[in-house]
Amino acid sequence: MSVLNRRTVLQGVGLAALTAAAGTSFRAFGQDRTALRIGYAISKTGVNAAGAGITTIPNYLLWVKDVNDAGGVALKSGKFPIEVVEYDDRSAAEETVRAIERLATQDNVDFILPTWGTGPNLASGPTFDKFGYPQLAATAVTDMAPELVTRWTKSFWMLGGGHDYAAALVALLVKQRDAGAINNKVAIASVADGFGIDLSKAATPAFTEAGFELVYDKSYPLGTADFAPIINEVAGLGADTFAAFSYPGDTFALTQQSIVANFNPKVFYLGVGTAFPVFTQIAGPNANGVMGIGGIDPDSTALADYFARHKSLTGEDPDSWASAVTYASLQILQQAIEKVGDVDRDAVAAEIASGEFDTIIGKVKLVDNQLRALWTVGQWQDGKFVGLMHTERTDTRQPVVPKPAWTAAQ
Amino acid sequence: MLLSAILTGLVLGGTYALIAMGLTLQYGVARIMNLAYGDLIIAASFGAYVLFTALGLNPLLGLLVVVPGGFVLSYVIYGVVLQPLARRSRDRASLEVDSILATFGLLFVIQGIALVIFGAGFMSYSYLAVPIDIFGTTLATNRVLAFGLAVVIGAGLWLALTRTRWGTAIRAVAVSPASAPLVGIDVDRVARFAFALGGALAAAGGVVISMFLTFTATAGVVYTMKALIVVIMGGVGNLMGALLAGLILGVVETLVATYVDPGLTLAATYAIFLLVLIVRPAGLFGRMAR
Repeated sequence: MSVLNRRTVLQGVGLAALTAAAGTSFRAFGQDRTALRIGYAISKTGVNAAGAGITTIPNYLLWVKDVNDAGGVALKSGKFPIEVVEYDDRSAAEETVRAIERLATQDNVDFILPTWGTGPNLASGPTFDKFGYPQLAATAVTDMAPELVTRWTKSFWMLGGGHDYAAALVALLVKQRDAGAINNKVAIASVADGFGIDLSKAATPAFTEAGFELVYDKSYPLGTADFAPIINEVAGLGADTFAAFSYPGDTFALTQQSIVANFNPKVFYLGVGTAFPVFTQIAGPNANGVMGIGGIDPDSTALADYFARHKSLTGEDPDSWASAVTYASLQILQQAIEKVGDVDRDAVAAEIASGEFDTIIGKVKLVDNQLRALWTVGQWQDGKFVGLMHTERTDTRQPVVPKPAWTAAQ
Repeated sequence: MLLSAILTGLVLGGTYALIAMGLTLQYGVARIMNLAYGDLIIAASFGAYVLFTALGLNPLLGLLVVVPGGFVLSYVIYGVVLQPLARRSRDRASLEVDSILATFGLLFVIQGIALVIFGAGFMSYSYLAVPIDIFGTTLATNRVLAFGLAVVIGAGLWLALTRTRWGTAIRAVAVSPASAPLVGIDVDRVARFAFALGGALAAAGGVVISMFLTFTATAGVVYTMKALIVVIMGGVGNLMGALLAGLILGVVETLVATYVDPGLTLAATYAIFLLVLIVRPAGLFGRMAR
């Protein structure tokens, strides 16, 4: 015979519902705060998983570990460790949005960290805005940032726009040309996808304006498997500068193809992925002298310390472009919360917008909700992807031009 | 210049053909629309990567380990997951739907395991990335190797399928699974063998492309899609069709990239694909379904 009759079951269900309701309401009122609840949806699977796995996830993990090892985040009511609620958005924008809604309404987290990438951050902007959470977009490159911050007042854009990077590259090359190090011919190949289009759209007129002759300026589709036709053609055009606004897979394939074809331009510049630690494994000694987007301050001890902590947690160096910016964005969030002393999201957002923060990339103050102190062009020099161009600083390393010739492939 | 473009295209096409031949066996003979096919390729790439970086085993010797591994794994997968579906399905259409759902799940299992073990980062190593000069055209040795392997495997299997007894049995199942038992062919066994053979070919493709393409744990779907285009263009279940379709796609892409615009390679691929389907709806070598 069954010991369960309908009444006991109903009582049980009622009791369970009551407990659950009590649990949520307590949490909602924060009367028994035991932790600072941080939530995020990130691409652990799908096409964005590689980018998120290199730049975003390790920094979230490292930051939580660093903060909790130091005792937690200091609010007025005491020091609280960070508790994480994590979802996989499967690289789909609608999943990101759904997860953020859930974090805001069901999980009642105190703050939400953004997902990886320009597109996903643009897509989740309205949702952050709707629920009043600050959005610290550390991996979004967009020229629209000045407009976005007026639309979503608690959004913060930390990685500049295509114009910043294209203009810096052109400025660097103008200097080299005027010094007689390179000729007047430039060849450009760009991936026909958001980032590549943005950069080539900004770069093409800038090159022409600076008096360069564009001997090759073509795009290739996302997922191109073979770059031999492009490299073979470019090699015969006599350009001293080859610039590719590429995605990681292309960046690696272009490098390998150029080595095989022994195409040795004096300036060899590539897009996303050049700053990844795996680039030095792929290119080996040939990485030396390759230029790309991003860069770090090779003399900063705070950054060296961050690299060491990152390596001890994940076994890998961080990438030398957006990783440090991502970690700095989390430091900004923490310091803003601590200055406010509460989880008042409006006050924290106002503090992020107006305060000055001490981060691994130096003292940071946002301008119109944007981080404007950025490394724009870097170059592999003796195992470090050192910054050559910075939007504010002038005390940068000198570029090595011409880059050393490829050594024979193994 | 034209010769150089054609050679480069043939080498690229060899890669396409190599990754598509396994799928054509799986889809054409075992009638499994294997959505996890690309993930098996990636798994083999990881296998080659580990053997090369941890044990120093060069990828060509790695083939001797990974290819049988792909065969056994696919054999087991078919036995555990797909055979029950094949037995209970009433017709081809229902098996296709069931196998799509089952292998869609399998895709996430393989991807998930790879993510747990290797993480989401870009994987790459360099082997035989040395230039080789063929008729005045500089090509990467590892890509030429992929082409050679595609031709050898394609021709070898084609001979085996057309000249041997078990090859005839496989073709019989591909043409008419309902009639094959009438002449004493165990359809279950043949389908399972063909699926496993397809898995072995996927593994061979995975090992070879890992020498020159950067891969990630989540990139499998790209290969599934490319292989599917080649398979359908060549005629489902036809190895020679897959080989020829792969080579055609490679040559067309390279010619378009060289003489027209690299931005139009994808458009050219699909234009050729459409053209073939309009002229020959069952693919280059395909037979019309009754």
